[in-house]
This record gives sequence, C-alpha cells and structure tokens, in this order.
Amino acid sequence: MFIIPLFLILVSAVCIKGVVNKTRARLAGRKGVRFFQPLLTVGVLLQKGEIYSTSATWLTRTAPALYLATTLGAVLLLPLGIFPAAVSFYGDFILFAYLLGFGKLALVLAALESGSSFQGMGSAREVLFSMLVEPCFFLLVGTLAMVTGYGSFSSIFATFDNVSMDWLMLSLVMGYAFLNVALVENGRLPVDDPRTHLELTMVHEAMVLDLSGVDLAFIQVAGWLKLSIWGALLVNVVVPGQVEGWMLAGWFLVAMAGYGVLVGAVESLMARNRMTKNATYLATVSAIGLLGFGVAYVLMTSGLS
Amino acid sequence: MNTLDRWAVCRPATSGGVGIFSEGKIPELPYAAFAEDMRRLLLDETGSAAEGSRCVAYFAVPQDGAEDGEGITGLTFYALVARDETGDILAAKYVRGYHDEDPLPSLAAEIPALHVYERDIAERYGVRFVGTPWDKPLRYPFDRFRQRDRIDAYPFYSIDGHELHEVHVGPVHAGIIEPGAFRFLCDGERIVHLEIALGYQHRGVEAGITGTSHRLRQMLLGETIAGDTVIGHGTALAGILESGAGGEWEGNGLIRCERAVALEMERLAIHIGDTAALCMDLGYQTGHVACEALRTLVINAMQQWCGNRFGKGLVRPFGANHRLTLERAKYIEATLAEVMERYRMVGRDLLSTPSVLSRLEGICTVTRRQALQVGAVGPAARMAGVVRDARRAFAFYPLEGFEPVVIDAEADGMNGDLMARLKMRLREAEVSYTMIGAGCKELAGRWFEAYPAPDYGQPLAPEALVVSVAEGWRGEICHVALTDRKGELRGYRIFDPSLHNWMMLALSVRGAQISDFPVSNKSFNLSYCGHDL
Repeated sequence: MFIIPLFLILVSAVCIKGVVNKTRARLAGRKGVRFFQPLLTVGVLLQKGEIYSTSATWLTRTAPALYLATTLGAVLLLPLGIFPAAVSFYGDFILFAYLLGFGKLALVLAALESGSSFQGMGSAREVLFSMLVEPCFFLLVGTLAMVTGYGSFSSIFATFDNVSMDWLMLSLVMGYAFLNVALVENGRLPVDDPRTHLELTMVHEAMVLDLSGVDLAFIQVAGWLKLSIWGALLVNVVVPGQVEGWMLAGWFLVAMAGYGVLVGAVESLMARNRMTKNATYLATVSAIGLLGFGVAYVLMTSGLS
Repeated sequence: MNTLDRWAVCRPATSGGVGIFSEGKIPELPYAAFAEDMRRLLLDETGSAAEGSRCVAYFAVPQDGAEDGEGITGLTFYALVARDETGDILAAKYVRGYHDEDPLPSLAAEIPALHVYERDIAERYGVRFVGTPWDKPLRYPFDRFRQRDRIDAYPFYSIDGHELHEVHVGPVHAGIIEPGAFRFLCDGERIVHLEIALGYQHRGVEAGITGTSHRLRQMLLGETIAGDTVIGHGTALAGILESGAGGEWEGNGLIRCERAVALEMERLAIHIGDTAALCMDLGYQTGHVACEALRTLVINAMQQWCGNRFGKGLVRPFGANHRLTLERAKYIEATLAEVMERYRMVGRDLLSTPSVLSRLEGICTVTRRQALQVGAVGPAARMAGVVRDARRAFAFYPLEGFEPVVIDAEADGMNGDLMARLKMRLREAEVSYTMIGAGCKELAGRWFEAYPAPDYGQPLAPEALVVSVAEGWRGEICHVALTDRKGELRGYRIFDPSLHNWMMLALSVRGAQISDFPVSNKSFNLSYCGHDL
C-alpha cells in the first residue's frame, strides 16, 4: 500500500513541469516546448561534466546530491489519503520540514562558497523567504493534527474528513494556504521567477548559477520533486476524505494537473512581486495559516464537531 | 566684457535641422570669456541648469600644421549651444597651443551636464580640466591619449565599510547584448551607488566616416552607429551630407516628410518593443507576449516599405530608393491602426493590473532637477517634466500639429518614476501614430511630384562646421562635421542621446532596491554602442 503514494508522487514529478510549461505557453498564445522537454534537458545535463569555481570545496560537490537525497527522503514521508506513507511515525512532519530545510542549507552553503555576489544575494533571499514561510507550514499541519487528534502525516490524512460540513471550510482555507506555501517553496511567481535571466532579481536560480552538468541535473530533478511534494500536500487537504482505491489515485492525478495549471496561470497573468513586498506577502501567507487555525479552533470549541 | 553676442548663430529650423557655420565666422574667444558665456547660456539666474538651452556638442579638434611643415600645433575647441526659445544654435571656439600649460578650470564642476564632453576631450587629447568632478575616461577610444590606460582597470568608485558590499555585473551581458560593466555599492538590498563603465568596443565609427569620401559608405556607417536608431542617425548624417546644397534641392520637401514618417515608425516600433521588455522584466507574461507580437507587425510594415525591418537602406542623401507609394502608405496605415488598437488595450491592461502597478509606482525616480542637471534628452527628460524635444525646438518638423508628450513629474508626486517612463511610451506611441497618419496624408497629396534618386557625388558645405540635429526615439541626436576647402570631411563627431542619459539610469537607482535595477535599466533602454562609437 505504501508504494502507491510514492509511485504517484514520482509520476506527477515527471509530468508537473510539463503541465506548467504548457499552461504558460497556451496562455501566451504559443505552442510551447515538448511536454517532456524538462526530462530531455536533464538527460543532456547528465551526460555533461561539471565545472567548479576555484573557491569550491567538497561541500559544493556534495550539496546537489544532498539536496536531491533529502528531497527524496521527504517524498517517503508523504501519504495519500488512506494510503499510508512509506515511513510514518509520531511527529514525522517535523522531520519532513527539516529534511527539506537541511537540503536547502547544504545548497545555500555551497552557493556562498562560490564567492560570487549573485550567489550571496540569492542565498540571503532564499533563507529569508524560507524562514518566513516556515511558521505557516507548522500552523497548517498543527491545525490538522489538532483537528484529527493524530501526530503523523499518514494518520492525519487518513482521518481528516474534509467533506463533512464542519471541515469543508477549513479544507478550502488550508488548500489556499498550502498553494501559497508551494509557490514560495518552489520559487515560483509571485515570489521568485524561475524563468528570469536577470541575476539581480533571482532568488533560487541565483544560488545554482555556478552549478553545471550532473549537479545541475540533480537540482532540477529535486525541483520537480519539490513541486510535486508540495502539490501532494495540497491535494491531500482538498481531495474528498471518503474516496479510496482507484478513485483516489484518479483524484490525485486530476488535482495535481489542476495544481500545475493553477501555477502556470498565476505565472502568466500577474507580475512578480517587488522584492521588498515579498516579506509582507509571506506574512500574509502565515496569516492565512493562522486563519485556518482560528477556524478550526472555533469549530472545535463551539461543540459543533 | 560681453562676448555673448559675438557667438555665431544659425537657425536650423530653416534648413531641416542642419546648421552651417562657415569656419571664419565662428568667434575665437579666450577660455575665461568662453567659460563665462557658457555659464550665462546654460545656467539660469539661480545658478541651476536652464531648461531652455543645452550644450549639444563640445569637442576638440587637433590643429594640423602639416601645410606649414609642422606637426600638430594645438587644439581647437568648439562648443555648440542650442536654445529652444529662439530655435537657434550658437557656436564659439577657443584655441590652445601645443605648449600651453596654463590650467583650464573645469566647467563641469558648475554645469554637470558638460561632464561627458570634458571627459571625452581629456581622454582623447590629454587635456586636464582642473577641478573636474568626475575625472574618469569616458569610452576608451582606440586613439586615446594614454594608450596604457585599459578599461579592465577602470577606476571604480568604492567605499570602505563592513556594512557595504559590492556587486559587479558585466562586462559580458547576461542577455548577450553588448558589453558594459555595472558596479553597485550596496547596503544589503539597497543600492547606495551605481557606476557604469562603458567603452569596451572601440569601434572607431567617427574615424571610419572621416576616413572615406565615399558618400554611400559614409551613409552605411552612419546607419550602424546604433542598430536600433537607424533612421535617427541616418537622418542626422544625411543632413550633413546634404549641407552643400544648403537645404535647397529638388524634392527636398518630399524626402524630409518621408524621413519624418520613417522616424516615427521607428519610434513606435521601439516604444512597443520596450513595453514588452519592461513587462518581461516584471515577470508579466501577458503584456510581454502581446507587445512583442505588435512590434513585429510594425517592423514588418517597415520591411514592406524599404526591404529592411530596421529601416536600413531607406535614408540616403539627396533622395531615396524606396518611395512611400500610395499602396505602401495604405498598408502601413492599415497595419498601424490594428496595432494601435491592440496596443491601447495592452496599455489599459497594464494600468489596471495591481501587480504591475505596484512594481512601477514611485520606484526608481529621477527628479526634474536631476534630469536638468545631467542634461537628459528625449523621453528620459520629458518623463521627468523637462520640455526638451528637437522636433519642436527647431520647428523643422515637416508634419503639422506636432506637440511633444511631457509628463509633469512633480504634479503627480511621483518624480519621474518607472510609471512615468511607461506612460511616456504609451503616449508617445499615440503621437507617433497620429504623425504617421498625417505624413501619409501629406505624401498622398504629392504623389505626382518627381521623386529624386540618391546623389552620392555632392560635396559638403566647404570650410564650415556643420551641425545636424534629429530627434531619434531615444532623444536628441547631434552630428557635427568639420569640412575642408573641397567640401570633404575633416572631422566628424557623433553625440548619441545615450551619452547624456546613462547618468539618468545611475541616478534613478540610487537608494532603490537592487532587484529593481533591471526594470529601470529596461525603462531607459540606453544604447551601449551609441555611447561607445
């Protein structure tokens, strides 16, 4: 059973970039690149060698692998509805958050090591934004834990019954909040623009400017995985609670496609935030998390559920 | 001593933007009197930069004593000052012998707009201006005085401090356009100071134009001064090449009208393209792709006319090879009508999208005072509220009813921000569209007139200083030629609007966020090669 969420997340990771790209292209009136172009790009990168900065040490060489490994580790912790995760224990969401955090730390240190001012700026921004979005994640998962009374992803999502009248509202608020967390964590618009060529405005992309070859391929694969991981969390919150079996897998794929389309639409239809406005934006995201908590708390204490 | 009324005067308004000073009529003044006159011309009563007058050219030329059996005997310095009110250009010169050692007090200290000219003179001929505020090379030309100075060792301004850090961008551009180095002094994300070093190209355009007497070759060189201002620079150069006829030649009116239409089409295309680029840098895909498509339509209409999307081959001295026939004019009018309808829609969309507005309003501002001080020209000056437009100043514009767009920067409290720059583009596109319509109508009424073919055999006005001014889309383009007895070029100087406006970019980002720099850069869209020559 635990193989199902793992498999689905990996499948969606391979496809999600294509969905986003196609959505953007369609909205721009273009045909766009091939659906599996990101895969081909990674294939090319895997065949190339790396070039390292003269100031790079073993840290730069291992960081991309660490980044990919921690992301894969995080995938193991994610369930899908009643399908449990491969690894599950009380408080596993804390491990989840800090596995991703650890990968990011490795990448930040490697970026600083390159000695370039772009990488320094990118790292500073990335760390700031991650720090600001962290409270939101814990508020959201904490609320879910409070509502369901369990302490691991698998049990939380197996019991969270979001189609009941009581929790429908909460499910929507949380879905919206998770979407925003996903946008921030994946460096998508409106916080970061993955397609920009302007180093001075980059966040995540600036950190990986110096990486090449297999290292860059690892970063890109980890990027798809992260996009898919945060999507899976979002899907878990909004997919109707009673669905199971094949229907659940179907729901997951449809919802993930919807998530990809949504990300692509956001990127096409609005301009990027000003860098200084991002902090305010992230505070707002946390406020939505707090709203979710407030809604849940009121519902629980008012005796309605 | 009042020497101001001794300055030679010409009125380019009467001769299509071209002014001819015969060499003997330009008064030679002592430097002190020259400096005093410059102050009186370029500063107002309060001592700040005047709005109605500006120095369009100030340069030095070596005096060649070859005929007297000597080498270079000294330098002659020419200055040209344009006045909007009277629509005239004043000229004067001063001379320095080869062995003169008395110091020249810098004028740029009081009139900052002159800094580019003084830096240019200093680096070319090793003349030192005492007390100059920004004593740095301008563009490292190949024939510079100190051959050992290299741009790789450009003396960037720096501040010591634990809180500040430096970010260096370039000289290889991320979008692989042209080389230029930007050094930011930053306090975290805030820019304290930006210094721009240009001069990597050493193209030698001026020497190339002087070095040949082949008119077509000169014209082709002129078209490559800045690849995006082909018509603008072409018009200015053609004006010089036609100076021998003094503005009176067969088909003059017709050709000038056509050039005006072409100039406006160039302006329209670039403004639309810039809007697209601005949207791209904001990460706003919808505006980006919509404008890119529109720009293509405009430049394709240009191709329909003259066979080249950027207008190469259109401007030729004393005539042209591609008549704007009724058929072509009709095609252009129909295309542009559609383009403008869609461009207006994009404009409305941009001005009503909150995420776009929040990136533009009140960001990267340049005040009107700053614009006047650094001598900004063109849209960069007009967006800050400075009325400065060569089309109007010299009233030589062949199309009637022209009124430049000026954004009153102080009235809306935004002081020439990114928004003003965007609005400038939206509104100037409208004016250009109207002017193209007027031009096509005017030409339609003259279809029966004979169409002159280019003439590459005419001499220039002999023993003269010829100045030609045109308002390109980036601003005032000024070409100056010195001619010998036979009417051939003895010296040629080009002043691209970018020369003045780069400082505007540096000022606009002072105190701004470093992540806003690319947007501000795009909003000015200045030329590297127009500066580097």
